[in-house]
Amino acid sequence: MLRFALTLLLFTLAFGVLSSSPVFSDLILAKVDRRIDLTSQIVRITTSLKVENAGSNPISEILLSFPENQAKHLAYLTATLNEGKGKGKASSGAGLPTEVVIPKDVPDSLTFYSLSLPKGLGKGESLLLDVLAVFTHALEPFPEKISQADIQLLLFQDTAHFLSPYKVMVQSLAVKLPEARVESYTKLEGTKLSGSELKYGPFHNIPPFSYLPIIIHFENNQPFAVAEELVREIEISHWGNVQVTEHYNLFHGGAKSKGEFSRLPCFCDYEFLCRYFVRARPYVRGASAFRRLVARLPPRAHSVYYRDEIGNISTSSLWGDSKKTELEIEPRYPLFGGWRTAFTIGYGLPLRDFLFESDGKRFLNFSFGSPINELVIDTLIVKVVLPEGSKDISASVPFPVKQWQETKFSHLDLVGRPVVVLEKNNVVPEHNEHFQVYYKFNSLSMLREPLMLIFGFFFLFVACIVYMHADLSISKSSASYLAKVQWEEVQATVQQIHNIISHCLTAHDKLEASLRDLSRTGDVQACKATRKSVDSLLKGVSKDLKPLVTFLQSSPQAAHILPKVEELIAKERDLQERLMAKHTTVVDCYEKKLGGREIENRIASNQQKITSLRQEVDDLMDFIDEI
Amino acid sequence: MAASDAPNGDVLIRNAFGSVLAFLILLLIGVLAFSIRLFSVIKYESVIHEFDPYFNYRVTQFLTKNGIYDFWNWFDDRTWYPLGRVIGGTVYPGLTLTAGTLYWFLHSLNIPLSVETVCVFTAPIFSAFASWATFLLTKEVKGVGAGLTAAALLAMVPSYISRSVAGSYDNEAVAIFALIFTFYLYIKTLNTGSLFYATLNSLSYFYMVCSWGGYTFIINLIPMHVLLCIVTGRYSSRLYIAYAPLVVLGTLLAALVPVVGFNAVMTSEHFASFLVFIIIHVVALVYYIKGILSPKMFKVALALVVSIGLAVCCAMVAVIIALVASSPTKGWSGRSLSLLDPTYASKYIPIIASVSEHQPPTWPSYFMDINVLAFLIPAGIIACFSPLSDASLFAVLYIVLSVYFSGVMVRLMLVLAPAACILSGIALSQAFDVFTRSIKFQLPSLSDHSHIDARDASSENIVPDDTIKTDKSEDTPKERMTKRSKKKEKEPVEKPPTKFQIKKRLSVLPFEASIIAVILLVLLVAFYVVHCVWAAAEAYSAPSIVLTSHSNDGLHVFDDFREAYAWLSHNTDVDDKVASWWDYGYQTTAMANRTVIVDNNTWNNTHIATVGTAMSSPEKAAWEIFHSLDVKYVLVVFGGLVGYPSDDINKFLWMVRIGGGVFPHIKEPDYLRDGQYRIDSMATPTMLNCLMYKLSYYRFVETDGKAFDRVRRTEIGKKYFKLTHFEEVFTTHHWMVRIYKLKPPKNRIRGKNKKSKSKTSSTTTSKRKGTRRNPF
Repeated sequence: MLRFALTLLLFTLAFGVLSSSPVFSDLILAKVDRRIDLTSQIVRITTSLKVENAGSNPISEILLSFPENQAKHLAYLTATLNEGKGKGKASSGAGLPTEVVIPKDVPDSLTFYSLSLPKGLGKGESLLLDVLAVFTHALEPFPEKISQADIQLLLFQDTAHFLSPYKVMVQSLAVKLPEARVESYTKLEGTKLSGSELKYGPFHNIPPFSYLPIIIHFENNQPFAVAEELVREIEISHWGNVQVTEHYNLFHGGAKSKGEFSRLPCFCDYEFLCRYFVRARPYVRGASAFRRLVARLPPRAHSVYYRDEIGNISTSSLWGDSKKTELEIEPRYPLFGGWRTAFTIGYGLPLRDFLFESDGKRFLNFSFGSPINELVIDTLIVKVVLPEGSKDISASVPFPVKQWQETKFSHLDLVGRPVVVLEKNNVVPEHNEHFQVYYKFNSLSMLREPLMLIFGFFFLFVACIVYMHADLSISKSSASYLAKVQWEEVQATVQQIHNIISHCLTAHDKLEASLRDLSRTGDVQACKATRKSVDSLLKGVSKDLKPLVTFLQSSPQAAHILPKVEELIAKERDLQERLMAKHTTVVDCYEKKLGGREIENRIASNQQKITSLRQEVDDLMDFIDEI
Repeated sequence: MAASDAPNGDVLIRNAFGSVLAFLILLLIGVLAFSIRLFSVIKYESVIHEFDPYFNYRVTQFLTKNGIYDFWNWFDDRTWYPLGRVIGGTVYPGLTLTAGTLYWFLHSLNIPLSVETVCVFTAPIFSAFASWATFLLTKEVKGVGAGLTAAALLAMVPSYISRSVAGSYDNEAVAIFALIFTFYLYIKTLNTGSLFYATLNSLSYFYMVCSWGGYTFIINLIPMHVLLCIVTGRYSSRLYIAYAPLVVLGTLLAALVPVVGFNAVMTSEHFASFLVFIIIHVVALVYYIKGILSPKMFKVALALVVSIGLAVCCAMVAVIIALVASSPTKGWSGRSLSLLDPTYASKYIPIIASVSEHQPPTWPSYFMDINVLAFLIPAGIIACFSPLSDASLFAVLYIVLSVYFSGVMVRLMLVLAPAACILSGIALSQAFDVFTRSIKFQLPSLSDHSHIDARDASSENIVPDDTIKTDKSEDTPKERMTKRSKKKEKEPVEKPPTKFQIKKRLSVLPFEASIIAVILLVLLVAFYVVHCVWAAAEAYSAPSIVLTSHSNDGLHVFDDFREAYAWLSHNTDVDDKVASWWDYGYQTTAMANRTVIVDNNTWNNTHIATVGTAMSSPEKAAWEIFHSLDVKYVLVVFGGLVGYPSDDINKFLWMVRIGGGVFPHIKEPDYLRDGQYRIDSMATPTMLNCLMYKLSYYRFVETDGKAFDRVRRTEIGKKYFKLTHFEEVFTTHHWMVRIYKLKPPKNRIRGKNKKSKSKTSSTTTSKRKGTRRNPF
């Protein structure tokens, strides 16, 4: 408190001296209305000025001054001409251009901003001007550290008089406070506190550079969410999506928490009860702590996620209608004064809402600031990732920002995607204006990556096919290679033999079938015909077998299977002969019209052998098949 | 010739069709293995699970950030404070290097996946590989059909799922693949006698050594198999080629892994392989001499060689015994010893015994983890004996050993799972083979009677069609692997069917019986599938850092651990030391990035005992211990409010035991009332005054007025007390994690001064100070 009083004293002294300095120009501020809004962590001072030119020369610029301690917290300054008298608020579109100037003969501790008027202000003319100045970190918590049960008290200091290089005729000041509870405030003449509004003035005939300090010590339990750094990455895909990823590094900028932590007052089984408690009796547990943040995303936002580096954060909810998408997020833990957290929000947006085309160039039209309400951002970095192959890139932002380009490599990129980086310090919600990034992009480039994939896989399969068909043996004359080739030949031959034998077996089956037919129909001729055809078939087959067997005999590789093959062939021949014999016997018997039992007796011995032979042949076949 | 050409081409096409089908089935099995493990991602999120995976994840992060050389030289000062840990030399690098390689490969293609994503999906990818490796191994043992069946079974065996769900980024995830693949290459070498495969086998063994401490299983199982082969007279040059290069190359390669190093030749786990290496050489020599000598000469030589060989063996054995006897643990590491003697750990090493996964399993856990496979294994063993080959002998040996090991430690159920799958695959495939064959042989004969008139050339076409149709209609409800048997059936069916009418008539089962058996088998397999999917979805997918519970008003998420870790990482100084029980060490370093005193790598018993002692000491003594360790924050896990059973109070007895093992003034009986562990009003004063009790229950009574502990189901013994040396700085939403800060010493002095000035300070403090001042 002492330090604070000292600074104030210094200020008063400085300005006491200054006030006697010569009048800066001929301008007179006929009427000044100042409204200070202290309801959130962001201080917004709206000043409406009625400027009169009392001198003779037309004036084209107006100076606004801020004391140093305010100027370093100034985040946003805009002045608009208020021309319409009637409804008044129809301000003339864009604000006037403002720039920092350092005029001569002024104290160093003041920072001046000059407003250039669109047309000079002639003698005796007047105009109405609305100036909005937004300050961050201008509220000082006092005491600096509070325990969990305490409420958060803040100090705000400013001048009751409008600090200006010009003479002010009439001035009033209204301060809007978040709560009716005010710890203390500087009492001046005509100060009145009604509800949560504090009024000073009106003051008359204030000389230039007049400074009348006021201090307000009041309660404010608003969340002091400050993002130390926010990186927004806006990635454009011409396949129809804009992917936004925002990395927040957040802390609570209010009074620091001290003493023991306790969950107790807040603890309850059910979440809704907890919310109820928080809203109804905010003093119970860390009044200034904040549990939730609300982000207003553009409409049709999809695939929204909320996570941090160790995974998904499960406490969030999402609503959407045609105008907006509202995302309510809770950090992992309630943030008390001075506590920090970090998280990432990501969402996709339809491309057509944000990407437009003009004069053969495409441009992205996107809002600059964070979608989270009432968030102060110390450093905001916006990265716009354009598709690979974009050219002629330029960005236009309505306020000064640092700007450079980078390259980012993402999915299957060859040359990388150009990235436009915009950096700005001290960002407030007023900065949520749209900015544009212009670039040229050929739509055919979109097909590059799919084609790359298609050809990649195509060549992979081609390579596979070539590998399967090409003989990649190093040496064609090596023993093992030759052995392999021979073995393959042997295998093929054995396979052929196998096939032939199975044909024979089919033929045998046919014979058997014809016998069965015979027993049913008694058609001896048909049976004979079958036998003839089978006989000729089998003879042809045995001719086919010969060269194969001789090959096997000549091949050293086949030495260990040769006996089996030969055995198979021999057995098969035996089987064949016996079958034929049986067939002939049966047919003969039929011709002699012998009885069924008789026939059975005659072929019984043969039949047994046939069955056993057939069994053996089948086993051998299986064995050979396995080779 | 034309006649023989056509079927030849037919066979070619059929073979091509078969291999394409088999390939497709394998692909689908891979997809199945991968996707059944994604329940955790779908139900929860893509996050690393449990404890050890967090360490592996952190190591992988370091590897991808700093490169391989920094990784080998990494001295981690954020753990085991103030000792630190040489990560590069004490970690099995296989998993980390695998994920790192995957990450680098993806990034070289400019696919920007995060390290976390790669780590989360490493395990599912490798379980697909593991099921393919199982196919290869079983194919070598019992053919393609059994291979596909075993692969499909392994793809979804719950025991393996429990260690390889997405996010379970642990060594076992890749090690099981390496294990099976090494076995496959061994069997492949054994079957082919190819030196190429033998070399691959040693490389695969090297990968296994890199990945998991369980490689000792391989280096003991293979020698045992070799020995068994020799004893049963199955020695061949193929066996020599399969074994000798593995021992030489494998041991050399294994010694390259820093964590193994000279252990590869020094510890007893490896001695079996060297012994068998000698034996196989002796046997090889015998066979060689037998080959070059006449039988008579051989008999003479045999006596000579046997006597020399015996002498050499005796010498070697003596040397080995001397070496072994000279080391205190007989050259065995604690974990291996507890395998040989299940009671060893609980007697001598409480740290090993305190881990739940080192306990012997119960019967229900067998049913839970391998389900119906437990009943199929005996059938598989029988199938392996008809006929017995080198490969099937290996399968039998594998199952027998792994059943024993899984009986000792729950964790080794994981080694049992592949063996169980292989044998069950063999059993199932053989059973289906027999049943479908009996059905098939009898189906045509049935149709014979109906089509007896039209028995012509055309009937040959009709009959197989029918068979195929019936096969198909039976197969549709069957598992994927039975498709393979369908394919197998098709092959013979397309050949003239009459040929098979006689064939193996004797082994054919009655038609109705085989139909019923097939249906029962299908039901059994269906039950297995249902169980596996249930296990994957419900039992094994919880990441254990996020807990959920279903209540009347929907799903409730308990995300307290990450809440606490996030708080630590953002709101404490980067060099602050956090003390907690060792279970939470890995997570704290990985998620909160804070230095811990002890972690899950329990290499220093004394250090852990120090923390255990602090937790079981009264507040002041604990403060002194922690202060001497430069600890700033103490983290305890407390489940009493929401009923989370695995909290620190339930683990507390282990802290007492481990602490008491090193510092004898901590005595377990002091914490037990009549041998019972309790925290209610009957608890001992030592218990009620120890730090763990106080930190857990501090201000707990104010939540409900009664201080009812929902885990222990009782009201706590001491409800109102104040902390003098610790200060609560954070408690998570459900009170599951509570973080306390050590009060700085100067505060105490100020408190003392204040006390001497005014008597307003807390009574406990003044009492404490009073007792301390008295002696002076």
